[in-house]
Amino acid sequence: MLYFPQWKIILVLGLSLLGILATLPNFLTRDYASTLPDWLPHRQLVLGLDLQGGSHLLLAVDTDAVIAERLEAVRDDVRRALRDERIGYTGLGVQGETVQVRIREADRLNDAETAMELIAQPVESTLGGIGFGGPVVEDLSIAQQDGNQFVLTLTEQAITQRINTAVEQSIEIVRRRIDELGTTEPTIQRQGAERILVQVPGLDDPARLKALIGQTAKLVFRMVDVTMPVQQAIDTRPPPDSELLYSVDDPPFPYLIERRVIVAGENLVDAQPGFDQRTNEPIVTFRFDTSGARRFATATQQNVGRPFAIVLDDEVISAPVIREPILGGSGQISGDFTVEQVNDLAILLRAGALPAPLTILEERTVGPGLGADSVTAGRYAAIIGMVGVVIFMISAYGLFGVFANIALFVNMALLIGALSLLQATLTLPGIAGIVLTIGMAVDANVLIFERIREEARAGRSAISSIDTGYRRALTTILDANITTLLAAIILFWFGTGPVRGFAVTLAIGIMTSVFTAFVLNRLMVAMWVKVKRPAAVPI
Amino acid sequence: MLLKLVPAGTKIPFMSGRFAAFVASAIAVLASVVLFFAVGLNFGIDFRGGTLIEIQTTDGPADISEIRSIVGGLDLGDVQIQEFGTPQDVLIRIEEQPGGELAQQQVIVKVREALGEETVDYRRVEIVGPQVSSELARDGTIAVIIAIMAILIYIWFRFEWQYALGAVIALVHDVLLTIGLFSIVGYEFNLSSIAAVLTIVGYSLNDTVVIYDRVRENLRKFKKMPIGDLLNLSINDTLSRTLMTSVTTLIALTALFVFGGEVIRSFTFAMIWGVIIGTYSTVFVAAPVLMFLKLRPQTDSGDAEPAKA
Repeated sequence: MLYFPQWKIILVLGLSLLGILATLPNFLTRDYASTLPDWLPHRQLVLGLDLQGGSHLLLAVDTDAVIAERLEAVRDDVRRALRDERIGYTGLGVQGETVQVRIREADRLNDAETAMELIAQPVESTLGGIGFGGPVVEDLSIAQQDGNQFVLTLTEQAITQRINTAVEQSIEIVRRRIDELGTTEPTIQRQGAERILVQVPGLDDPARLKALIGQTAKLVFRMVDVTMPVQQAIDTRPPPDSELLYSVDDPPFPYLIERRVIVAGENLVDAQPGFDQRTNEPIVTFRFDTSGARRFATATQQNVGRPFAIVLDDEVISAPVIREPILGGSGQISGDFTVEQVNDLAILLRAGALPAPLTILEERTVGPGLGADSVTAGRYAAIIGMVGVVIFMISAYGLFGVFANIALFVNMALLIGALSLLQATLTLPGIAGIVLTIGMAVDANVLIFERIREEARAGRSAISSIDTGYRRALTTILDANITTLLAAIILFWFGTGPVRGFAVTLAIGIMTSVFTAFVLNRLMVAMWVKVKRPAAVPI
Repeated sequence: MLLKLVPAGTKIPFMSGRFAAFVASAIAVLASVVLFFAVGLNFGIDFRGGTLIEIQTTDGPADISEIRSIVGGLDLGDVQIQEFGTPQDVLIRIEEQPGGELAQQQVIVKVREALGEETVDYRRVEIVGPQVSSELARDGTIAVIIAIMAILIYIWFRFEWQYALGAVIALVHDVLLTIGLFSIVGYEFNLSSIAAVLTIVGYSLNDTVVIYDRVRENLRKFKKMPIGDLLNLSINDTLSRTLMTSVTTLIALTALFVFGGEVIRSFTFAMIWGVIIGTYSTVFVAAPVLMFLKLRPQTDSGDAEPAKA
């Protein structure tokens, strides 16, 4: 146990040195650390949001809305298809996860089925055109029941695909919106099937962030239906091709709006906040892409003198009358806006609409003050804990205590160095894990030293006691630490956020402390034995 | 002169106190279970859902009763307000609002409006909706159960089934007593508390394994020693180490408790308790259990089976 070949000595010392080098950047300022030469480790610890301050939001994509939207689109397609074919129908509607319709004329059932088969979309096309190869699966299955009723059901694959696409798109759009806030290094990642985790360091009031991601921002331009007075539509029912929508004013003002969309937000290429040149009101100016511009031009040419509506998330922002055809493909949105509102609206329009609403499931925000206080407190506690343990170890084991303390310092260096190199996130419970490691790291040394004492009492010579002490303590050290490591791994597996940070430091701490206590410390003792040739064990 | 917590040659007859210890442990465990059901844990928002707001007043000490009347007047249901570390720091906890995820978001808006922004610094805001809180509670319970199972299996492989069972009895003892403590002192039980419980499990186990290791070794060495004496010997052999490690760990944890800040105080408190309980259970629960589980026939005759390695 006390013999170390040359290469082992070099390896142990090299590893220890590496740990110390990897820890050093943490004592430098961030700017200075980044100027270190490339061959030196220059990464610093990554602080969790609870230590550096920031906002953590867990969002869920409203998957029911995704499915509902597709079902409504299918329903509208069925209506159009049957009308185009002049097939009489009744009872068309969305029922749970299906669309149902009854055909009036029995001899046209086949025609109806043929017409409806065209509505189905291949599932691959929802992946944004990456549909080459692989079997093409339709997203609808059509079944006939009770003779004249058709039931259109979304297939399992179609639902999975749509949700998947919706989550991917949502992540992209959330990223674009957050980027507009100009915060540093936001993290936006998918979590599970339908969740998105957003972490924005340094943000201490996420109100604006939440307002930005909480809005679907679906913008559409639609004609106002003037064939029926609005009041009549409220009292009776609106025409089948129109619906009642309300303005954003307080109290809301009702409008009768055609369902047909002239141009939608997808066709916008730019949106900027600005001021109206005449009234000096805050407005958003926008530009359509070519196809949007063409459609808008045609619609405005045909409808001079009639009002159209700008609808955002099913609320009417404004409903201006078309005075002349708008051919240039650009325009402005005015309403009762504040400057901040037009800024945000422009951001939302530029970033695009979310495919489905997002719900905030969890929010954790820590201000920069509390984070800094926690770091100071943690550092303070670690230093005091360390000093206490060091004094105690020296008073219990004298010279061997000094060896153990050197091993403890190297252990800390290895732990912090490993965390820096791995760029593992250090959280407040993580700091607690480090302090706990300080206390428990000396355990392996204590086991060895106590064993050496016992062996010496049993009458062995000094060198023999030391050798046997190390050998006999090894299985105990391994058993004890592997079981704790098991607990740490399970904690990592099931834990979230800060708790994971704790598990990481605990796990790395266990490994580094076994190394420093059993290997490094043994090396020091072996050197000492070689030089001193002790006659008695000094503990 | 070097400090020795346990003088050489100490022979404390731990096993003769085993019935007293079992009775004491049984009463404590029973009391913990009763407390858990009668008083219950003060579950934090991680498991119950709701809103937690930590504020710091910037114009002198906070007026708790004023904050209570302002926030209490917002009609947000059960509101708990407490000083948090210093007179300027206040922790506000508001129960989960009826009406799903969206309703939780209104709470912080209302509170910020009511308390204003001039003299109040919002240091921490945590909002946990109903969906996440139930998941966290489930995952936490699963984590503790799986950890104990994994440990059971590991020890079963490395030792024999009696050891595995003994270690797990000791662990369950520690976990229950920790839950009992949380019920008595009313500290918030949250995600970090689960981490604390698992660390206690890890620590207590570490301790138990060290003694078991020695028991196994002595079983091979002293084939004819009655089990009671053998356990006593093993505990005394390792007693110095048991106490040394407890002391160094307690030194570090005490530093953390005193200087580590308010946010992790309950976490550290639980761990200090765990170290003490873990040390006790190693000596008075884990070791004697081996005797009850008949690790070795009680006879002095030489037919005692040597333990398998």
